[in-house]
Amino acid sequence: MKSLRFGVAMVLAASLSGYAHAETVKVGIIAPFSGPFAHYGKLFKDGAESYLATQGGKFGGHDIQIVYRDSGGPNPGGVKTAAQELIVNDKVDYLGGLVFTPNAMAVAPLVQQSKTPTVIFNAATSAITPKSDYFVRTSYTLWQDTVPLANWAHKKGLTKVVTAVMDYAPGVDAEKAFASAFAKVGGTVVESIRMPLNTNDFSPYAQRIKSSGAQGVFVFLPGGPPNLGFVNAYNQNGLREAGIEFLGTSETDEFDLQKFGDAALGLITAFHYSGAHDSDANRAFAAAMKKQAPDALLNYASVGAYDGMHIIQKMVEATGGKKDGAKAIAAIKGYAWESPRGPAKIDPNTRHITQNVYLRKVERGADGQLINKEIENFGPQGDHGLE
Amino acid sequence: MLQLSNILIDGVVYGMVLFVISVGLSVTMGLMRFINLAHGAFAMAGGYLAAWLIREQGFPFFAGLALAIAATMALAAVLEAFVFRRLYARTELQQVLFTIGFTFFFIASVNFLAGAYIQQIPLPAWLQGSITLGARTLPTQRVLVAAMGLGVVLLLWLLIVRTRFGIWLRASVDNSAMSSSLGINIRLVQCATFAFGAGLAALGGVLGAELMPLEPYYPLKYLVLMLVVVAVGGLGSVSGTLCAALLLGIVDTASKYLASGFGNFFFYAAMILLLALRPHGILRRR
Repeated sequence: MKSLRFGVAMVLAASLSGYAHAETVKVGIIAPFSGPFAHYGKLFKDGAESYLATQGGKFGGHDIQIVYRDSGGPNPGGVKTAAQELIVNDKVDYLGGLVFTPNAMAVAPLVQQSKTPTVIFNAATSAITPKSDYFVRTSYTLWQDTVPLANWAHKKGLTKVVTAVMDYAPGVDAEKAFASAFAKVGGTVVESIRMPLNTNDFSPYAQRIKSSGAQGVFVFLPGGPPNLGFVNAYNQNGLREAGIEFLGTSETDEFDLQKFGDAALGLITAFHYSGAHDSDANRAFAAAMKKQAPDALLNYASVGAYDGMHIIQKMVEATGGKKDGAKAIAAIKGYAWESPRGPAKIDPNTRHITQNVYLRKVERGADGQLINKEIENFGPQGDHGLE
Repeated sequence: MLQLSNILIDGVVYGMVLFVISVGLSVTMGLMRFINLAHGAFAMAGGYLAAWLIREQGFPFFAGLALAIAATMALAAVLEAFVFRRLYARTELQQVLFTIGFTFFFIASVNFLAGAYIQQIPLPAWLQGSITLGARTLPTQRVLVAAMGLGVVLLLWLLIVRTRFGIWLRASVDNSAMSSSLGINIRLVQCATFAFGAGLAALGGVLGAELMPLEPYYPLKYLVLMLVVVAVGGLGSVSGTLCAALLLGIVDTASKYLASGFGNFFFYAAMILLLALRPHGILRRR
């Protein structure tokens, strides 16, 4: 607490002394660069730096310097310290990154006190953005993607659905989002299955879903092994043959997609970004990423960072490179632009991104790679979790 | 009734997977009295090699599997000869610290060489589908794992009980000074047993990959599971490990069908109960 007070005092002193002569604008990015989630760090870095490169390394005539801090996994204490160091020692003008909800929550008081505009590239819980007036989010929320999916499922004639989610906070959030939206349109969730995080064998759950008589299964799984395990169980236990519709959101994310092989073909998901989105903005994003690194991957995390830097650019331009949190945030409220994911806008009330959500189906693209082919556009969606 | 048969079928099959990934650990920990927490690292080495051989080099599934096992055994033999042998005489704590450190080293190396991605081992077409037994559909791959698990039981029993090597092994574990004076080459026996345990780990890594996908954190993620099976089964007891794996597999599966809200509660409750009743292993009265 003492160090926090000291930190805040330092920040105040720093902001009083003024940034009028600051030539270089500093952006601190907090992300995992080590441990099991290190791939997020690379996705953020590629996304952020590729955007910066498209602008010649300058926003509004000011040189941009990115300072990275490793957060490891969900680590609120460590992230709070990292944010404090960035704000106080490195004197960053903007913060970005943040993969996990607890980490974003932990920096909220610091961001609020120091008036540092902070762009969240990923952390996807609805409750985050109200925690500070200086939070802006360029990712998505679980509700944003799930609610249109539930509506579509009902429109398609599904009345009985099982939810099968991983038993952790985002999974439970997704389960609630689906159940409430599906009930609103008159559907029934016949069974809600919560699967422990360290589940290896998904066959029993697949059997339960099969014998429940449901017409579809809404799933929420973290990336990686559980994704593959569940999809294999879905196929191998005959759920696909029985015509039980797979309803997912981020399950077929580009990071895991190629690893599924044919098992993923035909899976239905609703999500806000597909690497295969057909637009000039997305092709420009793909070209920038390829230039940045040959193995750079287009997915929700890298596009979150890419768009996040675009937002920071707008804020830098609006403030003339000076640190003025209130003015910066005011400048991007209601700001609309063409993102690689489609038309996007920062909602003036929630400071969360309003974007199209698409229904996608996994197919093989022209080059034989698996892609998420967008087959229906649900139109602009706000954060349904705050409604 | 359908519920019960489902639980038994899925439980036995899951249990066989648990057996296949843990039995190698039972061999090194039980027969060699060496606390080998690097077991998962060898399983991962086998899995990654198999994935590379089959996917990138185009080997057929079983040829790739055999080569991956052989290569892992060779790697383990070299490591044993230069590094691990020095640990046999050390305390258990030192063995634990070294092998867990080795595991971290392995995780970092694999992350660096192959990336954070999951490695898929492509299955031949005839293993990809499912088999329908009445009302039940079972993945073919899972049936193969169960069959190979039984093969491993038979092989180990023959090796330990019926061969000269088995006699040497048991003799050198029980009294190494006496065995040595009787002309048994203890170094060779130790090295071969260690490599054999690593080979079993590699087999488990490949066959278990459908349920426990290969990624850099594999050796730590599934270590607890392996240790539970080996501890409940009794160190060095192949039949005990089999019984423990099947029992825990069935308990875990039953709780998924009947009480999934409890998470892994019943799995660990079963472990505590079995260890309290039979601290030396499920099949040992003592």
